[in-house]
Amino acid sequence: MNETLLELKELVKHFPVRGGTLIKRQVGAVHAVDGVDLTVGAGETVGLVGESGCGKSTTGRLAARLLEPTSGKILYRGQDISHSSRKRLKPIRPEIQMIFQDPYSSLNPRQTVGTIIRGPMEVNDINPSGGRKKRVQELLEIVGLNPEHFNRFPHEFSGGQRQRIGIARALALDPKLIIADEPVSALDVSIQAQVVNLLQELQRDLGIAFLFIAHDLAVVRHFSQRVAVMYLGKIVEIGDRQSIYERPRHPYTHALLSAVPEPDVSSEPRERIRLAGDVPSPINPPSGCRFRTRCWKAQDKCATEVPPLVRLSGNREGHLTACHFPEAPTTQGEDVVLDPALA
Amino acid sequence: MTSYLVRRVAGALVILMIISAITFYLFYAVPRDPARAFCGKICQPETLALIRHNLGMDEPLFVQYWHWLVGIFAGREFVQFGSCPAPCLGYSFATQEPVFSAIVDRFPVTVSLTLGASVVILAFGILTGMIAAWKVGQPLDKIASSSSVIGASLQIYFVGPLLAFYLVDTMQLIPRPSYVPITENPLDWFTHLMLPWVVLSIIFTANYTRMTRSQMVEQLAEDYVRTARAKGMSSRSVFFRFAWRGAMIPILTIFGVDLATLLGGAIITEQTFSLHGIGELAVRAVQNTDLPMLLGVTIVGAAAIVLLNIVVDVLYAFIDPRVRLS
Amino acid sequence: MTTVSWSGEPGTSRGPGPFLSVRDLSVEFSTEDGIVHAVDGLSFDLEKGTTLGIVGESGSGKSVTNLAILGLHDPAHTKIGGEIWLEDQELISAGRGTMEKLRGNRVAMIFQDPLTALSPFHTIGRQIGEVYRKHKGASKKEARDRAIEMLRRVGIPQPETRVDHYPHEFSGGMRQRAMIAMALVCDPDLLIADEPTTALDVTVQAQILDLLKELQQQFGTAIILITHDLGVVAGTADNVLVMYAGRAAERGTVREVLREPRHPYTWGLLSSMPRLNSSVDVPLRPVRGTPPSMLNPPSGCPFHPRCDYPKLAGPELCFNQRPSISPETGHGDACYLTLEQKRELRTAKTEDRA
Repeated sequence: MNETLLELKELVKHFPVRGGTLIKRQVGAVHAVDGVDLTVGAGETVGLVGESGCGKSTTGRLAARLLEPTSGKILYRGQDISHSSRKRLKPIRPEIQMIFQDPYSSLNPRQTVGTIIRGPMEVNDINPSGGRKKRVQELLEIVGLNPEHFNRFPHEFSGGQRQRIGIARALALDPKLIIADEPVSALDVSIQAQVVNLLQELQRDLGIAFLFIAHDLAVVRHFSQRVAVMYLGKIVEIGDRQSIYERPRHPYTHALLSAVPEPDVSSEPRERIRLAGDVPSPINPPSGCRFRTRCWKAQDKCATEVPPLVRLSGNREGHLTACHFPEAPTTQGEDVVLDPALA
Repeated sequence: MTSYLVRRVAGALVILMIISAITFYLFYAVPRDPARAFCGKICQPETLALIRHNLGMDEPLFVQYWHWLVGIFAGREFVQFGSCPAPCLGYSFATQEPVFSAIVDRFPVTVSLTLGASVVILAFGILTGMIAAWKVGQPLDKIASSSSVIGASLQIYFVGPLLAFYLVDTMQLIPRPSYVPITENPLDWFTHLMLPWVVLSIIFTANYTRMTRSQMVEQLAEDYVRTARAKGMSSRSVFFRFAWRGAMIPILTIFGVDLATLLGGAIITEQTFSLHGIGELAVRAVQNTDLPMLLGVTIVGAAAIVLLNIVVDVLYAFIDPRVRLS
Repeated sequence: MTTVSWSGEPGTSRGPGPFLSVRDLSVEFSTEDGIVHAVDGLSFDLEKGTTLGIVGESGSGKSVTNLAILGLHDPAHTKIGGEIWLEDQELISAGRGTMEKLRGNRVAMIFQDPLTALSPFHTIGRQIGEVYRKHKGASKKEARDRAIEMLRRVGIPQPETRVDHYPHEFSGGMRQRAMIAMALVCDPDLLIADEPTTALDVTVQAQILDLLKELQQQFGTAIILITHDLGVVAGTADNVLVMYAGRAAERGTVREVLREPRHPYTWGLLSSMPRLNSSVDVPLRPVRGTPPSMLNPPSGCPFHPRCDYPKLAGPELCFNQRPSISPETGHGDACYLTLEQKRELRTAKTEDRA
């Protein structure tokens, strides 16, 4: 990729947990994000996948500087914005926009669609040529809504249409980077595809970079050029789409891919990996490799040494894996069933 | 649990200090001088100064407050009234009796009134609310719901004399309200307080009927209630074994808040029926600019409310296992 | 070939038929906005020990259908028509007592979100045990032992201590296992699973789906699996019923429906979903428009406003007449296009895509 737009360096975000007698003090922390390195190039789409509690949403909010990191750095076009004040962030804000999961709660029900989309222009004092109203109508057209509907209220639209309004609002300021946090997971299957196609068109036509956060691996694959897999606050594997989906090395990536329910009855057999139990709590994550408590390859070393995120031999350029005992680069390996009830 | 209680009680003490300090300050903001009342019609400035000194009112405000605070735990000496053992809340400017014993004398009346009314409120309010929710949309629900609106719009000083006139004077169904100590004659205690209880609880009961009804209706739409039905539980056991617990939590919360209002209602009720409780004491203290009495009543009332709120919070943990007292 | 046939005339005599048979079911709710026609003329059968996947988007009537089987709808606002036969017992006309004896005993249900579907006020053990006590007349001790046994069978570690825990002390996957334990405690003949894995993580979803299959083999339970995800159906069900706007759009074995889908809506659903091995450079092919409002469903074929070929079957047909599923048994769909036409259209689509 050409210019690096966003760079996250050893990013950490801990949310304090309070308790104690008489005086409340911090008794622990939710290790939401625990040392994440990630870059997004201009016009590039990076997917961030993982299960609940892996910190993918927090990473997204940090990248948009809606949260302040506990430590580490957030660089936007080389400028350190990790702890920038509201004032210093102001010129950058328009360039980084967010799309949220829930198209119902992220739009103010008392504002017309026009007001909602115009909002960012007003806040940032931007006067497009031809006026704001014309720009709103343009945006509505871009996202596939009737430009005459700017006077309607969000409740007059369906879920998919509301997500389009959210997208139009994000586009209002000509952003360079959009952070999309589960943008399609609340939508019906047939509508999901419409929105994915729209986002892809925008990416292609407007050259916007995306940090695409989702739990659906097939959607992420379809949309992203590079993919990062997160587990309990850390990136366990990252690489180009083909490496992650066809030549995964981390056992967790294998488990994730094998768990995806595919609507095919005839495709080539994939390995069947069934983990035991759920993801541990991020308040007290396991020592060493965080996946070791559910991993079939775990050994003593995994409990004591945190595996570094490195390029393993046989991995392509840019394909990094954090594992002491990586799997073979295939999705057709042997079956592993750890769940006692499935033995 | 123990550490939780320790923390709550410590917090309560801080709240009580703040309340008493505010009351102290507000009293002095009132442009009336209690020393003048002692001084009589022909008041020499020297006499006034002497009275001030005897009452301890010539010292700075925070020193006076400090003396008052210390008195509660250690007792104190008054030039005017002599020694006052701990817990000392001072002497009344108006009646010259010790504030603490005055309050202790009146306490059983107000406690009987509020606790009795609480029982009526919760028992009747929840029961009628449950019936309304059980028969939602049916005539019984409509009767319960509409009568609760009427109840909520009534006033103590209107209903009190009205009921007293019909039930006591005209029909002579129940005795005239007064206070008979429960230790003396429990039956008389009960019958003589019946009317005040009913009158005090009318406006509150109505509220609890409406709340219970809406909470029950809401709970019955919850997923876990549907699960209970999917398990084959009968409608009755779904209603009484599952839904009510969820419904009781917000009701308990509101009741904790309502306790203060209830105490306010008790003051009006005491006035309406000439019962000699704390409320009467409070009203008189205000009329007479009787600072020690007013402070005493305020602090005892506040302490009661704070204490009952701790009890309510502990009750939570019993109803809802998700609430942990730590 | 595409004669309009109405399947399942109500009132036909009941010989030894399928284990569960839903005949011409209709469900209407009255709401503030008007009458919602949630289910309209739905028929399907289910054999013992098999799994039927009911697939549809929100508002397709898939959940409503199954609440109607258990009689869990609100009788004051719901009008139900048709027949539901569970062996020789008709359920729509059954009394309250009969249904209470049936629920949790012969027919059990699990729901989407195990956190809200379990009572927060009672221990897991008690919630499992009380079903057993109610239907099998077991003692408290027996019910507790049974609860522990069930927790073990669904793979909950240390069931002897977990039995006394509350739902909020369980993780999401463990809660759904407890829910399954509760549903299977009386060894039901039919289990209705309403989006049982939608609220769960991907890896946990795979565990739970496999667990359901495993338990089905042990208990011989028939399962209705309601889902919006054709992928979930592919790995779990024997037969599929695709629902659209309260009606059956397509029905058949999983293999038939996924390999040779016939209804344009099924095509749309399948081409909307990205796959792990599909080409990434071509856009997805969504279904046009949005699902219809069930307050005022479209005339004729409910799918015609979103269909790409509404005029192919004739100038008016799709707009005015409701197609029924045909043929009556086996792989069938509710569409006026001829099989020949569908085959051609589908071949054109796949070639286009390749």
